Amino acid sequence: MPRRSRSPEDGAAVRQAVSVSVATGLYGISFGALSVAAGLDVLQTMALSLLMFSGGSQFAFIGVIGAGGAPLAAVTTAGLLGARNGLYGVQVAPLLGARGWRRPLAAHLTIDESTAVGTAQTTPTAVRTGFWWAGAGVFALWNAFTLLGALLGDALGDPSRYGLDAAAAAAFLALLWPRLGTGAARLTAASALGVALALTPLVPAGLPVLAAAAVAVVVGWRSPSRPLPRPGTAAGAAPGAPGARSASSPENRA
Amino acid sequence: MSADLTVWLAVLAASAACFGIKLVGHVVPEHWLAEPRVARTASLVTVALLAALVGVQTVTTGQHVTLDARLPALAVAAVALALRAPFVVVVLLAAATAAGLRALA
Repeated sequence: MPRRSRSPEDGAAVRQAVSVSVATGLYGISFGALSVAAGLDVLQTMALSLLMFSGGSQFAFIGVIGAGGAPLAAVTTAGLLGARNGLYGVQVAPLLGARGWRRPLAAHLTIDESTAVGTAQTTPTAVRTGFWWAGAGVFALWNAFTLLGALLGDALGDPSRYGLDAAAAAAFLALLWPRLGTGAARLTAASALGVALALTPLVPAGLPVLAAAAVAVVVGWRSPSRPLPRPGTAAGAAPGAPGARSASSPENRA
Repeated sequence: MSADLTVWLAVLAASAACFGIKLVGHVVPEHWLAEPRVARTASLVTVALLAALVGVQTVTTGQHVTLDARLPALAVAAVALALRAPFVVVVLLAAATAAGLRALA
């Protein structure tokens, strides 16, 4: 990124991006430890953080594998959870104006946090500054802390003794929590939970979670058309991690 | 095919899928996804998958529904989230609750 004298808006964007990066990066420790507990090795865990780079999809992938689900079910679940990143891309692409090699790089860094920080800014340069700093910052720290967590998890041994199985459940709840703002979301969550548990004794592991996604498609497609927040504003109000929530709160704009 | 190779193939396929989805968002014309139902359905799919994963991760073991230390641990996590605790704190509290209950049992 070219070094120019920085406007106050750009400075605020950088500070916000850094605070979100630290908060999000830290929970890479839990991902790393849980991934090893789910049966992946350290290299596979790092491959997920480097190449997949989308927290929800990564937790889902190791959740399905750890529960003994088929690899294809893990791939499908991770892909479906990554669908929102495609919508973020539609929203941030015109704001970034990335061309050439920067375009696939911007795409790789398009996640809850970079979209939330970028779209929260008030000037076009600050939007770009916020997106790139948050994307690069989360990427660096998420991967560093994933490695730390994977090495720690490797050294810990039996995961249930340390409650790591419960930690995985709590991680999904923490990712879900900020998304329960609307009645439709709560109805969908309750129905999905019911469908997944009802199907658990009946079908192979991994499929109950996918069947729950079908509930959302039915509710989303058929419920009366009501204006919903655009993907980016949804990211600002309901990001994937509590760390990103603080990005848009006033105390972090100091 | 060895189990390890299968996991590697799944890791690479899922990563490619996730990157492909991100890239498509950056290259398609904006109006293609302007239909509000697309955005609404995508956000609800996220909610449904996460809720199902919470359930499966908390009260199932293989193909059985089982109630154990994970359920009280999840309740503690919910309280922590309601109090706006950071992600790392939520996860650590849940782990500590389950580990503590198992040590007592």
